[in-house]
Formats: sequence, structure tokens, C-alpha cells
Amino acid sequence: MTIQDISTTRRGFIAGSGLIIGVAIAPKFASAAATGVQAGGDPALKPMNAFVKIGTDDTVTVLSKHIEFGQGPFTGLATLVAEELDADWSQMRAVHSPTDNKVYANLSFGLQGTGGSSSIANAYEQMRKAGATARAMLVAAAADEWKVPGSEIAVEKGRIRHAASGKESGFGAFAEKAALRAPPAEPKLKDPKVFTLIGTDLPKLDTHGKTNGTAIFTLDITPDNLLIAVVAHPEHFGAAVKSFDATEARKVQGVVDVKQVPSGVAVYADNTFAALKGRDALSIEWDLSKAETRSSEELAADYVKQFREPGLEATNKGNVDDAFKAPGLQTVEAEIVFPFLAHAPMEPLDAVFIKAADGSVDIYNGAQFPAMDQQVAAKILGLEESKVRVNTQLAGGSFGRKAQFGSPYMQEAAAVYAASGGNRPLKHMWTREDDIRGGFYRPMYAHRMRGAINADGQITAWEQVIVGQSIMGKADLDPTSVEGASNLPYAVPNLKVTSHNVNLVVPPLWWRSVGHTHTGFAVETFVDELFQKIGRDPVEGRLALLKEEPRHAGVLRKAAEMADWGSKVPEGRSRGVAVVESFNTYVGQVVEVSIGPEGAPRVHKVWCAVDCGVAVNPNVIKAQMEGGIGYGLGAVLFDAVTLGKGGRIVQSNFHDYRSIRINEMPDVAVEIIKSSEKPSGVGEPGVPPVGPAVANAWRRLTGAPVRQLPIVNIVSA
Amino acid sequence: MKFKLAFTGVAAACLFMTAGTVFSPISVAQDAGSKSLRPASSFQSIANQEQRSAALFQEAGKVIQHPRCINCHPATDRPLQGASMHPHQPPVFRGDGGMGLPGMQCTTCHSAENTPVVGQADTIKSIPGNPAWHLAPIEMAWAGKTLGQICQQIKDPARNGGMTMDKLVEHMAHDELVGWGWEPGAGREPVPGTQAEFGELIKAWVDTGAACPAS
Amino acid sequence: MVTFTLNGQERTFDGDADTPLLWVIRDFEKLTGTKYGCGVAQCGACTVHLDGMPRRSCVTPISMVDGSEVITIEGISGKEADAVKTAWAGLDVPQCGYCQSGQVMSAVALLQMVPKPTDADIDGAMAGNICRCATYHRIRAAIHNAANSMEG
Repeated sequence: MTIQDISTTRRGFIAGSGLIIGVAIAPKFASAAATGVQAGGDPALKPMNAFVKIGTDDTVTVLSKHIEFGQGPFTGLATLVAEELDADWSQMRAVHSPTDNKVYANLSFGLQGTGGSSSIANAYEQMRKAGATARAMLVAAAADEWKVPGSEIAVEKGRIRHAASGKESGFGAFAEKAALRAPPAEPKLKDPKVFTLIGTDLPKLDTHGKTNGTAIFTLDITPDNLLIAVVAHPEHFGAAVKSFDATEARKVQGVVDVKQVPSGVAVYADNTFAALKGRDALSIEWDLSKAETRSSEELAADYVKQFREPGLEATNKGNVDDAFKAPGLQTVEAEIVFPFLAHAPMEPLDAVFIKAADGSVDIYNGAQFPAMDQQVAAKILGLEESKVRVNTQLAGGSFGRKAQFGSPYMQEAAAVYAASGGNRPLKHMWTREDDIRGGFYRPMYAHRMRGAINADGQITAWEQVIVGQSIMGKADLDPTSVEGASNLPYAVPNLKVTSHNVNLVVPPLWWRSVGHTHTGFAVETFVDELFQKIGRDPVEGRLALLKEEPRHAGVLRKAAEMADWGSKVPEGRSRGVAVVESFNTYVGQVVEVSIGPEGAPRVHKVWCAVDCGVAVNPNVIKAQMEGGIGYGLGAVLFDAVTLGKGGRIVQSNFHDYRSIRINEMPDVAVEIIKSSEKPSGVGEPGVPPVGPAVANAWRRLTGAPVRQLPIVNIVSA
Repeated sequence: MKFKLAFTGVAAACLFMTAGTVFSPISVAQDAGSKSLRPASSFQSIANQEQRSAALFQEAGKVIQHPRCINCHPATDRPLQGASMHPHQPPVFRGDGGMGLPGMQCTTCHSAENTPVVGQADTIKSIPGNPAWHLAPIEMAWAGKTLGQICQQIKDPARNGGMTMDKLVEHMAHDELVGWGWEPGAGREPVPGTQAEFGELIKAWVDTGAACPAS
Repeated sequence: MVTFTLNGQERTFDGDADTPLLWVIRDFEKLTGTKYGCGVAQCGACTVHLDGMPRRSCVTPISMVDGSEVITIEGISGKEADAVKTAWAGLDVPQCGYCQSGQVMSAVALLQMVPKPTDADIDGAMAGNICRCATYHRIRAAIHNAANSMEG
């Protein structure tokens, strides 16, 4: 049997109306689950600019250039627009923007992309301008219609009013006329003092659909005649198909075809279960000649050997070598090994391809660099880029997994679609096992730390060597390997940080908070050990070395105050503290820990203070801190992807790559530092401090420093 | 084939074998290599009846102390799982009648039969099931005990569910949930021998005075 | 041929009898609120109510469902469901939202059995539902809020 030649009923695209900047508008379909959610929103809406559309029903739809996967850009960007538009929150909606590297560029990256906790930071002014522009266009249209000066028109909570004449209207009545007006060149923005929406706990726009099952994710798109494809992947990194036998797979009811693709063997079926059953029935011989065959243990041994070799210099302040030779020093040394970590978002990677009558293709997926996906897919499908439309969908988490330069996932998905012949709509999906074993991990790292304390109890020297893969694929210094260490916030006169890049076929990737996942742990546990060595209180000790870093000190002081640091801790419990800046956001955390039923730390409470500049939506900021704490804690306590003997990947699903669960989640209290600094991101910065804070509490509770992660492996070893 | 899940009173415990031994195994005296049981008749050569009895129980211990059995006779309210006998994932707890807690009973995942899992983890080939799936009462906890201690416990009506020795023999030889140990579903090592052979060992042990191994 | 009711409507299925209920609901019935997260009863994203009890549909062969009543997130109703959905919205529980159908189904089942759950009851019932965004802190608070809202 081969893939049947049935074309879809999908209609072609029609051009968008004149005013917006080259945004194609898709026709409306019966249901989103049947078709996927078209980027850009309902074509009946009137565009004020590339980011704001207004409906005749008074709704305001914000086109989010950033993907929504829980970190809150739909709500955050809509808040910025609504503030300057003087809209009422109840009329606000948000959808994903179409894919366009210019119009929808992340202003920090220069191309469309979500990552680095940058959504609010880069779009803060841009979205406010988009709102202010739309407001000016509505006011101008109303002034024309009412024949009154625009300067006499007020807008408040979605109502346009002219007091003298008593005229009043919603936005909808003027949407069409406003859309025809030229936008003002430089719209005036509000003084932050008069903000009414920014800084308030507005309810999130995407909550309802995510509570009643109606929110559509990529995996939910099920057009008629859909083909499901899964790929059999190797269990070793760097392995390739040598040969395969699909006889049994083809016998499975519902299996349509089997094809070799660059990444493995693809099974095509009429439904998901048939695809899985068919894949299970494949017999594949893998070529391991170029595969990684060392175990994680062997890799770690190789990493540690590099500590003694000269590395790439990241920081060299003062003279560390001389400082360590000074008489009367106490020195502390530590070596810490960090494992590979999978991101394991709830929705495994997936994409849906639907060909239109004109041969162009709509792709529905949830990726952080949609235009890169577009370029990669167009090349593989042999189409002009303009004939491939990437419609960003809500994604079930990411944590960095869906931000891939070169779009390696899309390379597989598009190759699978191309090999199918493309005559049926196709959904390519990964199972949880594909996800856990799929690489693009937070790399393994090994740190060697050396600290010197003089007779006066001052930390005089700090040397740190970091060995691991370069996430950016660099031959020279990769800043993401050393960030958080090379810019050590503590005032230490002699500081040297070096790194070694390791080349592996195991593909690396950024993982929620990137370099800070390991540097934050290494720095914050090591400085804590130094303080313990000299009998210094960990909060006092840090504050004394943070005199030039007021924002670090601010969140540390606040977290300590929230926890009533220094007060009596319940019997059998201990407290730990850590403070980490990442992505220009400062987070201090205090944790309270006891020994749990499995012998691993049980974290009862986390007090968290965050300074992210202007707080656009405190509710979302708190949610991101809570979630970041849970995400970071789960990894530190439970998680490692390990290569077993011969290099085979050991873990495969949530039974052996454990996620934190509700019974393991601490109570969390979050406070936001009031600030007028520019807003910075909150998606990642909640993650780094929790691990070292727990390890610090654990060391003070048990006497055992945490030198290897996850902690559960140490306590059960 | 059909079986309904209306048997919400019945419940679950053991689960998957895992390759990644995240937790250290609880120490048990286990003859891991042996897949068979010596027949009860082969113990005739031991002249001393008490020694013979203890030896019979020692042989039955290959079954009793196998992870398939220990996992559902945990020392705490949380069942164990897999050949490494780590705490059950996801976390589940005893509840009323050993059938789980409200909202997370054994039947949330387990059913009346072993259920094959297709196309997922190579370390999870099936979800075990049985119409009587549930956790042994806490007074019947075996995990962490020596075979001698388990033997004493099994003879004690206060700690064996009030069973007479006849009932105990019947239970070991014919109980359906005990029998699951020999047919534990794909991906799981069965207990050694057959239930009939195990029943004969227990009967011969009782008939010889039910003596217990020293440790 | 398997016959069952899905959200009150009688349905039949005559495909592979081993097909998990999850894929029957999603692929054949096109109700996509019930999610795939692990396929091995570890994450709870696929939770439905089978004859009134929570059940992981990913490890439930459709053959087992013959004659049974299945309720999904799209069909869940009653005072507990109303209270849970209202409480979820009140605290903006979801982040990415992918696991939340399963969380809601488990929370509703808990409240149907234990109208005023303790923290320990919540741990017991909800520990089978993974949320990678770790919205657990709000899930716990929302369940308490839902329970309180049902009183009187």
C-alpha cells in the first residue's frame, strides 16, 4: 500500500486588505481543531497596524510576535497595547502573528523569535506604540465623523467620548474608518505614572480555553484524511540506519507506508496507534561507527581530565596564581559534575502540514524561530519561501526545546512530509521517548572551583574552570558556558574563570536559564561553602560582597526578610539561600529543607524576591517564579539523561526521567521589588537560585556538599 | 473481550520494570539466577523433619521474596515497583483496603488484566493487572524483612489475615492474585516455577510442622 | 465492535481492539481536549472519567470500554466541575495549559469523592498529574477554593 492521492479541500489564500504590512489573511474554517489556528486572527478584523486589529464587535486583537507556551506574552503584550489604547481589559484578545522575520522581529535578535526571556523587554515600547497608534487612528476617525477637534476627544476603558457634544462610541464603530487612516509618525506614549493596566494583576487571556479543553495545540489539529507519521530513532547519538525490515510493520492495520528518512525510519498510518504499533514492529540495524559509545561516567572522567589543561580565558582579574601563593590562607576546592537534562515539555515536538490547492503548504507548529522553520521547510519541500506559511500554535511548554537555530526538528518533520509525497495532510509527532532520547539537552558540565580566604576571613581569590559543550557551537569562548561565573557579582579581588569546549555528537541546546543552570549552582554553592568555612552567615556574607550590586543585594535582603532569616527553624529542617541574576532579572530565594521519605531533600517552602524592572503583570511574574522554582527544583532533585555502557541512552519516559509532582512542590511566596528600571524577562530567572539554595540547606543539614546532580542519585547511591 | 472497571473496590500496586535503577534495591536474600523451583518431593532426602520444613520454606522464599511479591507487600504505605523495587512511580498510597486513595486508586491505571503498552518505553511493555489488584495489608509487610521473619509472620494469624494453615495453603496454591506472579505481563520477570509447585512446597512445609529458616 | 457512551452519546468503534481509548477519543472522535503526554500512565494528561472514576485513557484498550460510560473534559459537568473551572480561572492556574484538562478531570474526581480535601488528599489524588510548568502551587490553592465555593 502507498500513500493515497487525495488532495485536501483547503482553499487557497487571499490577499490581506491594504493597510497592514503584507500580512496574508487566511479564510475562516469550520473548526480550529479540524484545521489548525490560522496565524494573524480572523480576517474580518480591521487592522490598525501589524500588531493591532479591531473588530466591529469592539474586540481588540493583539498579534503576538512571540509564541505563547505559558510564559504569558499573549497577556503581557496585550496589556501594553491596551494601556496605550485605553481599552477595557474585557475587550482584549490575542493571537499569534504570522511569520515574518522583518515585521515581527524580536528587536533583541533581529529576527522573529522567542527566547532569552526577552518578550516583554524587547516589545515594551513597540507594543505601547502599536496601541498608541491605534488609539490616535480611532480618535481621528471619530473626530472626522463627529466633526469635532480630535484634541477634545477622550478615550477611556474602550469608550471614545466627546464631552461637549455628548457623543460616545465603542471602538468597533470606527474600526473600518480608522484602519484607512495613515498612522501617526510618532505617537505620544503615556507617562508611566498614569498607567492604569500596566502593573496590575489582569486575568490572563488564555486561561479559559486552557481550562475547558478548547485550546488548540499542534497535536490537536486533526483535518480529514490526516496521515500520522512517527520516526524510529536510534538509541545512540550519532547512529544511522544501516538496514531495516518493514515487513511486519506493513502488516499492521492502518499502516500506510514506511520510508527511510535522514533521521531514521518513518512510519505513516491512518491513526496514531497504528503508527506507533507499526514503528514497534520495525526491525532496524543501526550503524554505530560514528556514534558516541562512551557512557556518561566515562564522559565525566574525560571532562575532569581537562581541568589541568589551559583553557579559554573568560575573566582574569587581579592575579589569581599569586593570590593563592600568599601565606596564611585557607583554601577550599570543589569539583561538581552536571548531567545532561532534557526539557521534556508536556507537548512533545510535532508539526502539521496541509497542502493548499495552489501547491503552497501551511505548516502548523509551535516553534520559537518560525521563520527559520519556514526557510528550512521550503528548502526541503522544494518550494519558494512565500509558498510555505508557518502558523504558530499554542505550544505545550518548551523551556528552550523549541528554540533551535537551523530548525533540526523541522528538518526531520519536513523530510517526513516530503517523503510522503505530500498528497495528504500530515501530522508528524514525537512520543515522550523520542523527546527524552532526542538530544538537544542542557549539556553535561564539569566545574572545578578553588577559593582562597585570608587570615582576616576575606575571600581573596576565586578560580573556576568549566568544561562542557558550547551551546553556540563555538570553537572559541562561548559566553553561555561561563555567564554567571565570568561576571561573578561578588567583590573578589583576584578572579579567574576559564572554560574548555567539548565536542560531542550529542546535540546541545539552551535549557531554561541556559548557562545559569550550572554556573548559578556552582557559584552559589561554592560561595556558601566559603562562608561556612569562615563561620560567616550566608546572607550577611553575600551582602558584604554585593556593595556594588544593589539589585542583587535588594532581592537577597527582601527574600531574607520574607523568610525572617535568622529566626528559629523547625527541628529537622535547615535553610539555604541563593541569589542569581539572569537575563537582567535578579532573583533571591530562601528555601527550607528537611530529609524526605526517599532520603532526598524535601523542600517545604521557598521565599522568592524578584527584581525585573517595571512589573507589567505581577500575576504573570509570580506565576513564572513559582513555575521556575518547580522546574529547577525537579531537575536538581531528580533528573539526568545518562548514557549507559556503550553509549545507549538510559532514560525514556517520565518513570525514569522524573518530573516534579504536586506532592514534591514546596509552598512558594513571591514578592516583586518595586522598580522603574526597564522591564526585563521572567520566564527563566526563577530557575537558577533554587538548586543551589536547596544544596546549601542540604549541606548545612547533613554535612554533605552536593558535588553531583541529581541529588536523588547521591542519597540513594 | 470485555471487562468493566466497575470493580472500583479492587486495586493496584506493582508496576513497571525499569532499566534505570534510580533507587537502591532493598536488600533481600534472593536467588536471582533461579527460574525454577525444586519439587517438594526432592526434599525427602533431608531426614530431620524440622530441617526439611525449613528447607522447603527456604525454597518457597524464591517466590515470596521475588520483587513480584515484595513490591505489593511494602513496609510503608507506598508500593514498590520493578526489579529494583524502587518506590512506585507515580506516587500512589495504600488507602482503604489497599486500593489507593480517592482520585488515585489502583484502577486509575491498572485493570483486570495485564495491559500491553505498544510503541512507548522499552522498559514499560505492559501495565500489570488483575481483578483483585491491591496492596497487601500493612501487617503483612514483607519488604525489608528476612525470610525467617516473613515465615514467622505468615504463620501468625494476627499477621496473615487470620488464615488457618489450611487456608494459607489454599491461598498460596490457588489465589488468583498470588497467581499473577507467574503471569506478570510483558517486560516483567515471572516468579520461579509454577503456582502448583509453589503450593506443594507450602503444603509440604505445613505438613512438616511449618518450621522457619533461622534468618 | 465496541459500543460505549462518550459524553452522553452512544458511539461505536470497530478498529483495532487494542487501540487505547486516548487515540479513539482524539483521532476518531476528534475530541482533542484529552491530551497525550507519556502513553504509559505516568503523566495524567489523558485522564478521563470511566464509569464515574478517573482513568488514564492511554493505558485503557478500547476493548475494555465496551458498555462503559466515558466523560472527557469536553463533557464534564456538575457542581464540582463548575467549581473547579471557576477556581482555575480565578487563580489563572494554567501556564502552557497542555496538562490542564487532565488536572481538571482529576480535581473534579477528587471533589466528587472528598468534598473538602486536605493538602494530603490533594497530594494523593493529584500526584499522578504532571505539570512541567509546575503550576502545582496554584492547583492546590484552586482545589481548596473550589471546595470552599461548594459549601452551603
